[in-house]
Amino acid sequence: MSAMVRLTVNGQAVEVPAGASVAAAVAHATQRFRRSVHDAPRAPLCGMGVCFECRVSVDGVVHVRACLTPAGEGMQVITDA
Amino acid sequence: MREHYDVLVAGAGPAGLAAAQAAVSHGARVGLLDMQARPGGQVWRHDVRLPAAPAARQAIEALQGVKLLARHSVVTAEPSALRVETPTGSDLLSFGSLVLATGARELLLPFPGWTLPGVTGAGGLQALAKQGWPVAGKRVVIGGSGPLLLAAADTLRKHGAHVLGMHEQASAATVRSFAWQLRRWPARAAQAAGLRLRLAGVPYRCGSFVREAIGGDAVRGAVIETPHGTRQVECDLLAVGYGLVPNTELAALLGCALDEADAHPRVRVDALLRTSVANIHAAGEACGIGGLAVARIEGAMAGHMAAGDVAAASALLPRRDRERRFGALLARHFTLDPRLRELADERTLVCRCEDVALGALAGYDDARAAKLATRCGMGACQGRICGTALAELGRFPRGGARPPIFPARLATLAGLADFSPDDARRGNRP
Amino acid sequence: MSGSTATFDLIVVGAGIVGASCADAASAEGMRVAIVEPGPIGGGATAAAMGHLVAMDDDPAELALASYSLGLWESFADLKEAEFSRCGTLWVARDDRELAAAAARIARLKAADRDARLLDAASLHELEPALVQGLAGGMLVEREAVVYPPRVANHLVRRAQSRGTRLFAGRRAQALYRGGVQLDDDTRLGGPVLVATGCALPDLLPMLPMRARKGHLVITDRYPGLIRHQLLELGYADSAHGDADSSVAFNVQPRPTGQILIGSSREFQANDASVSPSMVQRMLERSFAFVPRLRGLQALRVWTGFRPTTPDGRPYLGAVPGAVDQWVAAGHEGLGVTTALGSAKLMIDLIQGRRPAIDPAPYSPWRMAA
Repeated sequence: MSAMVRLTVNGQAVEVPAGASVAAAVAHATQRFRRSVHDAPRAPLCGMGVCFECRVSVDGVVHVRACLTPAGEGMQVITDA
Repeated sequence: MREHYDVLVAGAGPAGLAAAQAAVSHGARVGLLDMQARPGGQVWRHDVRLPAAPAARQAIEALQGVKLLARHSVVTAEPSALRVETPTGSDLLSFGSLVLATGARELLLPFPGWTLPGVTGAGGLQALAKQGWPVAGKRVVIGGSGPLLLAAADTLRKHGAHVLGMHEQASAATVRSFAWQLRRWPARAAQAAGLRLRLAGVPYRCGSFVREAIGGDAVRGAVIETPHGTRQVECDLLAVGYGLVPNTELAALLGCALDEADAHPRVRVDALLRTSVANIHAAGEACGIGGLAVARIEGAMAGHMAAGDVAAASALLPRRDRERRFGALLARHFTLDPRLRELADERTLVCRCEDVALGALAGYDDARAAKLATRCGMGACQGRICGTALAELGRFPRGGARPPIFPARLATLAGLADFSPDDARRGNRP
Repeated sequence: MSGSTATFDLIVVGAGIVGASCADAASAEGMRVAIVEPGPIGGGATAAAMGHLVAMDDDPAELALASYSLGLWESFADLKEAEFSRCGTLWVARDDRELAAAAARIARLKAADRDARLLDAASLHELEPALVQGLAGGMLVEREAVVYPPRVANHLVRRAQSRGTRLFAGRRAQALYRGGVQLDDDTRLGGPVLVATGCALPDLLPMLPMRARKGHLVITDRYPGLIRHQLLELGYADSAHGDADSSVAFNVQPRPTGQILIGSSREFQANDASVSPSMVQRMLERSFAFVPRLRGLQALRVWTGFRPTTPDGRPYLGAVPGAVDQWVAAGHEGLGVTTALGSAKLMIDLIQGRRPAIDPAPYSPWRMAA
């Protein structure tokens, strides 16, 4: 088993294997990634950077596609839902 | 910053990897770019827990001498150059010749409940699991069409998921006929047999499809249509995908002619994979869904062509034609049941970015008119999901590609080379 | 249909915001109206526009029309389809010279019953914290708003249809003839004709000069609250009304969705609709100079459009010179959305032989025949 990466999702500590995506890290904490424009909870659909349903805030930058972003040590991830 | 490559390859899946390897073997300066953090594309996507397939490992190890440009997203095109965005800035990559190996995405069709968290594509959930998405112990229902359902089930099971069943929309007779035809591709037949063996005990239902996802804040179950009637199952995750659709946005942006005979366009190429634009070749799924073997051979052909070796490319033609016939076989057998186009009702959201229901599109027969009136397709996915679904549903073709072909920072569009993350953070706080 | 002629009290050619407004105003008076539109409703300059309802004061005639029209727009403030958002217009002064010029503009706007006030640097930054430090101040026009033009055009056409107006959708007006118009399927429609085809005006009325002035716009993902007002640089009018081959100006708008719409560019001699990376770069660099935070925002789309531009910058509103029962309402440059409703009222007054609420002489197409 490879090394682990520690980050927080909505303030909650999460540990994932190195190379895992932010999307995977978020899924350890919550199934709700973002709120739709009509306020419904949403989560990843395509898993490959196309659908934009997995957008979260990473270290203060909003609208980041969680599935395309490798989880990094000490990252602070905030979901919207 | 401007970097020049003799051969630039867009997409680091099997086709792009083969193209880069072929081009670099001729001594060309080769760049291989991909939006993802690691090479492999979708089918060879890096798995955080499981070892890579030997072929994938070899293809990636064979990249010596190739400049791998990971997390590079193409935003706009300029004459003989691509503007790309990276996590820290943007670059202008100029090229002598370009290979488009942009692959495919999953065909995702709207059905009631498909916007619930926990509903994903079939390949989508497979990709998420490989990225470390926790599926162990989760009850998963898989639906849709094509060999991807089996591949997804296999990956998910290896990650500890409890796959309740696979629901293939094609009829049992069609699937049997496909399996029979497969004997002409022994390697594939063996691969399929191995897969079925590993999935022994997981029900594989033909003529069966997911009609509805049930749940409040997240999916709790699925309504499944079978040849013997409708039934309901409880599940934690629902993964539904109806095959693949070529990614043609970059080709369109570059002015390459597309073949638009079917619902979903593909890049038009001649026998030697030349597009309608000089110095641009295309290979693999972008030219029409053909599978892994086609992608690898066409990638190599395009790499040779891009490096100027027509003879080496031509030598691969017979194998390529044979493998392309397999793609045709797939398409013929896994054509979609017309009932799938009726799953979404008036209230089902089609455009997930802007929350536009199918009913709101009544009376529009043109993507642009519908967009102007309803916002359908105006969101971040730029119509990749809803536009593709509406084309499949026979409503109207998706609108043309305009830059940026993926959302990008304004700094990138302004041509700024470096980007301070502080700027991005400041951008979010009024 | 070939050979038969349906007759109307008014045939409006073009269903952009101007044509749609004219059809709406005519049908409201009980006129029997036809609309001819080959593309989507509001699919030309109307769809490409920012939808900013703004009074420009550098030409008195333009100001009179804008002021009249802005009053009429108030009846759309509660219409859902209009996506009316009263964000106000905040004109930004880079230096004291620009700020001093703003005082004269405020006086001109007040004379036209438009309220505006001067802001010092501190109040400017209080209103718009995202603006760069070091600006001199600004001018705030609080009552101005933004709308979503193509949906308004759709609404106006549907409202006209509900009063019996016939929409000839997907049909192009091929030619005008004495007493009517011929469509591309050889149908003839009889009656007075009002041509509101914007940049395409020369196809039907070649004697009225019209140039297409290309513009680019960029829209971002949602960043609610980052920008609160429609922001423009006070030097904007130099770009808008100058005659340079190409120019850019800082012009940024908060959409009701939280998205940010970024303009503006102006180009003559650019006739293809493709996005020009160099114009986008110039335009964005200009916007970053005023709002540095824009750099990190995600752009979703870039598009272009063409402003119908007359030689003197004023629209053609009135009778076609030398013709009988032919009327024209076109050439509003970047102010077509602002002035559409006023233009329509003025046109219907002229067609019905009434005296319009504002003096129509400055807009008369006869100025080109003189």
